[in-house]
Amino acid sequence: MIPRSFEYHAPQSVSEAIELLQKYGDTARLLAGGHSLIPMMKIRFAEPEHLVDLGKVAELRGIREQGKELRIGAMTTENDLIWSTLVQQKCPLLVEAARLIGDPQVRYKGTLGGDISHGDPGNDHPAIMLALGASFVLVGSNGERVVAADDFFVDTYVTALEPDEVLTEIRVPVLAKNTGWCYAKLKRKIGDFATAAAAVVLTMKGDTVKEVAIALTNAGATAFRAREAEDSLRGKKFDDAAIAEAARLVMSICDPAEDLRGDVEYKTAMTGEMTRRALRTARDRAI
Amino acid sequence: MAASPDLIEREAALQGLGVSRLRKEDARFIRGQGTFIDDIKLPGMLFGAMVRSPYAHARIKSINKDKALAMPGVTAVLVADDLRPLGLHWMPTIGGDTQAVLADEKVCFQMQEVAMVIASDRYTAADAADMVEVEYEELPAIVDPHKAMDDDAPIIREDIADKDEVSHGPRTHPNHIFTWEAGDKDATDAVFDNAAVTVKEEILNPRVHPCPIETCGCVASFDKVTGQLTVNVTSQVPHLFRTVLAMLSGIPESKIRVISGDIGGGFGNKVPIYPGYVIAVVASIVTGLPIKWIESRIENISTTGFARDYHGIGELAADKDGRIKALRFFALADHGAFNSHVSATKLPAGLFSICTGSYDIPTAYCRVDAVYTNKAPGGVAYRCSLRVTEAVYLIERMIDILALKVGVDKAEIRRRNFIKEDMFPYNTSLGWTVDSGSYHNALDKVLKAVDYEGLLKEQAEKRANGELMGIGISTFTEIVGAGPTKVCDILGIGLFDSCEIRVNPTGSAIARFGTMSQGQGHATTYAQIIATELGLPSDEIQIEEGDTDTAPYGAGTWGSRSTPVGGAAAALAARKIRAKAQKIAAHLLEVGEADLEWEIDRFKVKGNPTQTKTMKEIAMVAHTGDLPEGMQQGLDASEYYDPPNLTFPFGAYVCVVDIDRFTGETKVRRFYALDDCGTRINPMIIEGQIHGGLTEAFAVAFGQEIPFDENGNHLGNSLMDYFIPTSFETPHWETDETVTPSPHHPIGAKGVAESPHVGGIPCFSNAVVDAFAHLGVTHMDMPHSAYRVWQQCKALGIDKHADT
Amino acid sequence: MANKHTVSFKLNGNDVDVVVEARELLIHTLRERLATTGPHIGCETTHCGACTVDLDGASVKSCTVLTVQCQDAEVLTIEGLEQNGELHALQEGFTQEHGLQCGYCTPGMITRAYRLLQENPNPSEEDIRYWMAGNLCRCTGYQNIVKAVQFAAEKLSSAQA
Repeated sequence: MIPRSFEYHAPQSVSEAIELLQKYGDTARLLAGGHSLIPMMKIRFAEPEHLVDLGKVAELRGIREQGKELRIGAMTTENDLIWSTLVQQKCPLLVEAARLIGDPQVRYKGTLGGDISHGDPGNDHPAIMLALGASFVLVGSNGERVVAADDFFVDTYVTALEPDEVLTEIRVPVLAKNTGWCYAKLKRKIGDFATAAAAVVLTMKGDTVKEVAIALTNAGATAFRAREAEDSLRGKKFDDAAIAEAARLVMSICDPAEDLRGDVEYKTAMTGEMTRRALRTARDRAI
Repeated sequence: MAASPDLIEREAALQGLGVSRLRKEDARFIRGQGTFIDDIKLPGMLFGAMVRSPYAHARIKSINKDKALAMPGVTAVLVADDLRPLGLHWMPTIGGDTQAVLADEKVCFQMQEVAMVIASDRYTAADAADMVEVEYEELPAIVDPHKAMDDDAPIIREDIADKDEVSHGPRTHPNHIFTWEAGDKDATDAVFDNAAVTVKEEILNPRVHPCPIETCGCVASFDKVTGQLTVNVTSQVPHLFRTVLAMLSGIPESKIRVISGDIGGGFGNKVPIYPGYVIAVVASIVTGLPIKWIESRIENISTTGFARDYHGIGELAADKDGRIKALRFFALADHGAFNSHVSATKLPAGLFSICTGSYDIPTAYCRVDAVYTNKAPGGVAYRCSLRVTEAVYLIERMIDILALKVGVDKAEIRRRNFIKEDMFPYNTSLGWTVDSGSYHNALDKVLKAVDYEGLLKEQAEKRANGELMGIGISTFTEIVGAGPTKVCDILGIGLFDSCEIRVNPTGSAIARFGTMSQGQGHATTYAQIIATELGLPSDEIQIEEGDTDTAPYGAGTWGSRSTPVGGAAAALAARKIRAKAQKIAAHLLEVGEADLEWEIDRFKVKGNPTQTKTMKEIAMVAHTGDLPEGMQQGLDASEYYDPPNLTFPFGAYVCVVDIDRFTGETKVRRFYALDDCGTRINPMIIEGQIHGGLTEAFAVAFGQEIPFDENGNHLGNSLMDYFIPTSFETPHWETDETVTPSPHHPIGAKGVAESPHVGGIPCFSNAVVDAFAHLGVTHMDMPHSAYRVWQQCKALGIDKHADT
Repeated sequence: MANKHTVSFKLNGNDVDVVVEARELLIHTLRERLATTGPHIGCETTHCGACTVDLDGASVKSCTVLTVQCQDAEVLTIEGLEQNGELHALQEGFTQEHGLQCGYCTPGMITRAYRLLQENPNPSEEDIRYWMAGNLCRCTGYQNIVKAVQFAAEKLSSAQA
């Protein structure tokens, strides 16, 4: 349970971090909160030769409101999110999700950016970002680009990040009026990854669904949107039949990996169940 | 009679028996000043790291140490061939078998010890362990114990393949270890053949691990000049540890000092002697330097001291009213690759034969076949006496199944079968004499406390609405305090225990024991026993355990034996001192001994209460010349206590659960635990033990299992998967008590810490199964994870919403 | 050999300097180099919390922090809670409410609870059970730990009143 030797780098700025990534190529890994990477290094599943710690890059922390967006530095921790009055008011879904991640100590270290850029389908923020329609600022040697969450998650541990790019900021739209939200997560215990989880953002117009986003955690190679289920709800009356149909459509596209949490059938069923619960709660909060 | 203020004050000053006094141990722990094994650092100390097998069953074709040895900071790489000249490549096990200290030509379980790297520090050792090159030829593995004795099963233990007997009787297959039987088979079969009602069910206790938060470890230090070997170790049994080391190494036992310091939880995991300890000792003898070896958590769960793995079928025969006439049980016990399970020599299935429980069952028969598989050896008693959890799980599950079959309420069927109060001491059909009990009383008290009738009514309403609510009852009897030496020994050493007390001139005292606390609070509770017996304040009685150079010999702490055996030794040693003190008092007061009576902290002359001598006064006089003719100075005593019987704590538990049929999640809404452990020494500590035991029961019932794939690879051996509940999942516990003293224990006390674990597990299971009982379900295997429970819902077709 | 780093930080109010490999974990630096053996190692996979220390005002599991990350940091361990010979209210609470048995998880528990009470001086039982869930205990069943934290919360708030 001891990591292999590596060189440690603590850049003070994003540009310095990018230079290091360029210099060391795929022998380098970025270190954010470290609560995925360091345990992997201790069991020697991950053996980077260079570790580029973003912990001293001050510009990567902080939460601000700009226009109709929250702009959140990638190194903002889960507890920062939970305790931010701004996030509580403008995007409580992020708070709900962060509270379901890890345990208290993990949340002091674990970062929003680290959770997203790790590309693990079991991480929670990817689905939240998809459901919120967030976008990510990626900075590399060729400058800055903004990538929509929808275009970011490519495959397990594979994202749109280029090897020399750093995720610097997460842009989250402030929730619209009459919009409810929910992250329903089933897990075995505190600190566990999701057996299944669904993020829902739902805007109502009277009894009718005006807009909806459903995104799923740990139900496939990446977090993903359940678009057919969303389509089935959009413009429809929100009732039991609509929920049931949405859950059915969600389950039809689940492709979870079997593990000790359950087999494919159970995880698929639970993804449907979490979708139902998230939809109902979101609807209650939308009104 | 109301006691006078003076008496009350003097009694309170002792902080003795029955008082919830605060613990003496806490001062160092709350400051972070405990001395746990990894806190020990000796000059020149090297660190050992293990190279382990990636395969469950494989032949070792070659081991190349060169690259590891070439690394700076690496002192040695030890493999079986290095231990062979010393005869230490194999070691005897407590189960009567032998175990490879380092794999000798083949590995028989995943993560088996293959080599140990000795290096300057743990970082270098870890790097070097990675550089040891081992070439394996994988062999087919046996994971399912039911396949272990198939005709074509691969032979796991080639070293003993030709032996007709390993321990405990003849073998019928190279993978067979022993067959153990108890009871009268023919009589039992006859009752079953003619019974009005019979029930039969699978009773599975999966492989679990005690998983104390501190892993196992040691620091072995051999002084080449004096020939003295000192081993600091996480051992619940320091004296037995020393004896085994002496037998193994040939070093005189007087030259071996074993020290168990503070231990970060044991729960049975720290009873056995593990290869890592032995290799560290050898490495220290070879290098002349202290060697530290500390397990990682993954090593701990994967290789040291698992528990259970009992695959049984239980049966009850009864009359039409549910009065049990006979019990029958067959089990396959998966002991892993070496038979190193912790049991007394004559009890290969431990105390399983307590399985008739709290019930008057006239006839019974049990048979257990133990087999080898390609899994880690072990078989420790995880917060229980060996196989008692399995036994209690059997009877407490089966009686519920019987209740369903005959249509009698689960509380009522227990009442009908309880051993009645006037039947104690009660001889069970499997040979135990249950010393005392008051089962009806305990159950009635609990049912009233939880409003059982109200719960049943609520459950009926919930069931009508399609909701799943379960009520579990467990009315268990435990057997603890091994034990009479005529029944129990380990490697020939009887399971007595000991206490030595020395009273100082100014009236303080030191007492030393053969037991070993791992959090149970011995420094506090033993002092309380002695305080009351001697009339000296418990604050001034120092308790020591764990250093074999100073403590008297004893069999350590496991199986809730400290209070039943060590506690008894304390009381009896104190009484010897009091008897001498009485002689001194009589001499000083110039009366006959019979003219004196004892009152809290002093002797007083009958009929003349102003004439007294306090124990403190006597302690001083005992160190002067003013003693009765022929009496030697000093005020001390020792006691080696061989209990006449074990003790039989019992309890009545009720658990209420609500189950989410769409996810399979179980919410423990209420858990009410009444325990009767006889005389209560420190109620605060008892309650703490019960909270802890219930939480461990909750862990076992709802999540713990060591899973393997079909090749014997571990699937979940870190705390990511192995379930240790956090404060968030753990239910709130309600506790209660009755007091039925043990008639044979000097102060009437029984063990307690295991009861909540042993009695709790079936209570949870009974509650979960009860939630489905109205749907015809009689059986569900542990652990009742959401996934498992959902599968039950699915099988019943109740997992779907009405709209699907 | 890999490059070594000199790292300076404050440990329980005192300045310390250590020279470590980049891979050295904070728990090992504390225990092996700085004689601070209160924090313990329990799981090594960031689950048990026995190694919890307070790092710049956050409870962290020091088995998952590199010492090189601690340059200029303020680290508080169980050893730093007792002030001028007076126990912290949490240390007292754990004793008074029998919130420990073997004592192995206790330093991490208390250090974690210390930060919790800084952030939430009056936590409910539910708050405590949720915000203490990063620390595993096998002995107590947590019930008395909850009481111990509440004891400390009451004592600290009445001292302030």
